[in-house]
Amino acid sequence: MTTKSNKKNWPLWEIFIRSKNGLSHKHVGSLHAADAEMAIENARDVYTRRNEGVSIWVVESKYITASSPNQKESLFDPADDKVYRHPTFYNLPDEVKHI
Amino acid sequence: MTQQQAHFEYLLRLGDNALILGHRLSEWCGHGPVLEQDIAMTNISLDQVGQARSILAHAGAVEGKGRNEDNLAYLRDVWAYRNVLLVEQPNEDFAFTMVRQFLFDAFNFYLHEELKSSKDDQLRAIAEKSLKEIAYHLRFSSEWVIRLGDGTEESHRKMQHALNSLWTYTGELTTPDEVDKRMQEAGIGADLGRIQSLYDEKVAAILQEATLEQPPVKYMQSGGKNGKMHTEYLGYILAEMQFVQRAYPGMEW
Amino acid sequence: MDPKQKALLEHFQARIDAEEKIEPKDWMPDEYRKTLIRQISQHAHSEIVGMLPEGNWIGRAPSLRRKVALLAKVQDEAGHGLYLYGAAETLGADREDLIDELHQGKAKYSSIFNYPTLSWADIGAIGWLVDGAAIMNQVMLTRTSYGPYARAMVRICKEESFHQRQGYEILLALCRGTEAQKNMAQDALNRWWWPSLMMFGPSDKDSSHTEQSMKWKIKRKTNDELRQQFVDVTVPQADFLGITVPDPGLKWNEETGHYDFGEINWDEFWQVVKGNGPCNEQRMKARIKAHEEGAWVREAAMAYAEKRRKRKEREEAVRVA
Repeated sequence: MTTKSNKKNWPLWEIFIRSKNGLSHKHVGSLHAADAEMAIENARDVYTRRNEGVSIWVVESKYITASSPNQKESLFDPADDKVYRHPTFYNLPDEVKHI
Repeated sequence: MTQQQAHFEYLLRLGDNALILGHRLSEWCGHGPVLEQDIAMTNISLDQVGQARSILAHAGAVEGKGRNEDNLAYLRDVWAYRNVLLVEQPNEDFAFTMVRQFLFDAFNFYLHEELKSSKDDQLRAIAEKSLKEIAYHLRFSSEWVIRLGDGTEESHRKMQHALNSLWTYTGELTTPDEVDKRMQEAGIGADLGRIQSLYDEKVAAILQEATLEQPPVKYMQSGGKNGKMHTEYLGYILAEMQFVQRAYPGMEW
Repeated sequence: MDPKQKALLEHFQARIDAEEKIEPKDWMPDEYRKTLIRQISQHAHSEIVGMLPEGNWIGRAPSLRRKVALLAKVQDEAGHGLYLYGAAETLGADREDLIDELHQGKAKYSSIFNYPTLSWADIGAIGWLVDGAAIMNQVMLTRTSYGPYARAMVRICKEESFHQRQGYEILLALCRGTEAQKNMAQDALNRWWWPSLMMFGPSDKDSSHTEQSMKWKIKRKTNDELRQQFVDVTVPQADFLGITVPDPGLKWNEETGHYDFGEINWDEFWQVVKGNGPCNEQRMKARIKAHEEGAWVREAAMAYAEKRRKRKEREEAVRVA
């Protein structure tokens, strides 16, 4: 990754938008801004021009820690065989309702 | 001047302010200092041209001569325009543009707060909708004035220079004339006296935060909102804006 | 190639073949990364430079309705450029560096934007033809193999949907108007038709990147396929307007079910790519000017942000103490 610490460029921010109340914030993309307040305003102008949002989160990109793709198997595959976590694992007679 | 004429004049002022400043800001589209601000300025421009459309359409209806928003925008010459001198001033640089925007937005915000209770139902409805947009414009331009005023030495110098140049056009905003007074009495227009003190307070507060000095009042220019004497810049704006309509008269676009 | 590298490459290709999307932190061949950065940044530059020819006419739009539509459209192009630079940044590129490359003439952008906009009808022609051609390409790219690029394209395609209609509506008004207006529309079509066909890039047999890009599913259709698709949908739209496509070789081919069309002037294409188009110089000059004149603004905003951060820290320290 080429991060330019010598240049005084506006840092990159990740933008999350709640499209309507009741839904979670969802990652929509990124943009540049000098500070968090400006990032929110820029996000408003860039990502909600068509009524896409009711709430905005901004996080400077450098503060996001991501899981490594190399660990994908060890992180996620073990969940594959835990079938008992899903309701279909349990057999109940059809006569039993509302469960 | 009949009451109807005064009403029409008053609406033209509102519509022309929005149109001319919207036009000026649109000149930045594609030339902004950074993509994010290019988009932000265009949003403000879009709000303003949108406001101009609603107000000019209403002005045409009040006038009652069958002129629509486009007739009013495209077929009036300089002397028939009623925008304040401040909004027709050129963009120069980002400092000029932001100072101009702030000096206007602060006025426009208090103006529309008043117009929210206008007895002109149509104007009231437009003002209610516009006020939300203008509140954002004011926040945006205030923040930029502060940011650049209190940024680097260079940005401070540019902002102070812009402020010194544009200050002479602020007097016209809040100085009432006959049209203003009649519309205020009729409950249609705003009380400029009340706006004056709110405006002064707001401007002083933002300039202070921006570490900018309020220029001494030497002489205040006027002649925009009554159409008596615009600056030379307006003619060029209209020459550009009206070119197609003037070159191909009477056609649908 | 060492066996480990070979295994990685094979695994990568298998994922592509299985239509799996590649995400930023996944392993990818250097060449895939480079190709993407080049293509995405070219695409971003095209959006930004593309604002200029249309931006020309914002001030002269002949009605307020047209004015807001055009403003919103050109603003969208800025947004699209921004989304695309963002996608390139997920690959480790830096927007500022990409922009520098553009300004130094090291990066390309779509040649179409080196043609001038001379009349109001050109704004119609750009929306209809240039955006029409771009949409063909962009719809294909919503399925490109790199996740962030594909997602940016989905967003862009959604927003673009009004652009082409905006352009066509302008021309429709002209073609239903007076003789002078119709002539204006015809003149615009005469000038924009061939450059629009060139937008799809060189013919497949001369395209250096197509094969590898197809294999990696960065591109999913060839230049010639997209070009043919464009001609097939656009010619009937010209007929509806009642203006004539400036190609004597254009005719419907019953057998193939496509339009045959004349030979593109590839010499002109390469001249414009090389920088000899009618407006190459002005476009770059305008971009560089905006960037340079904006430098103090960007710098001041950073300086202020820094000041404010320090002030807040001091206040915090006082409060805690």
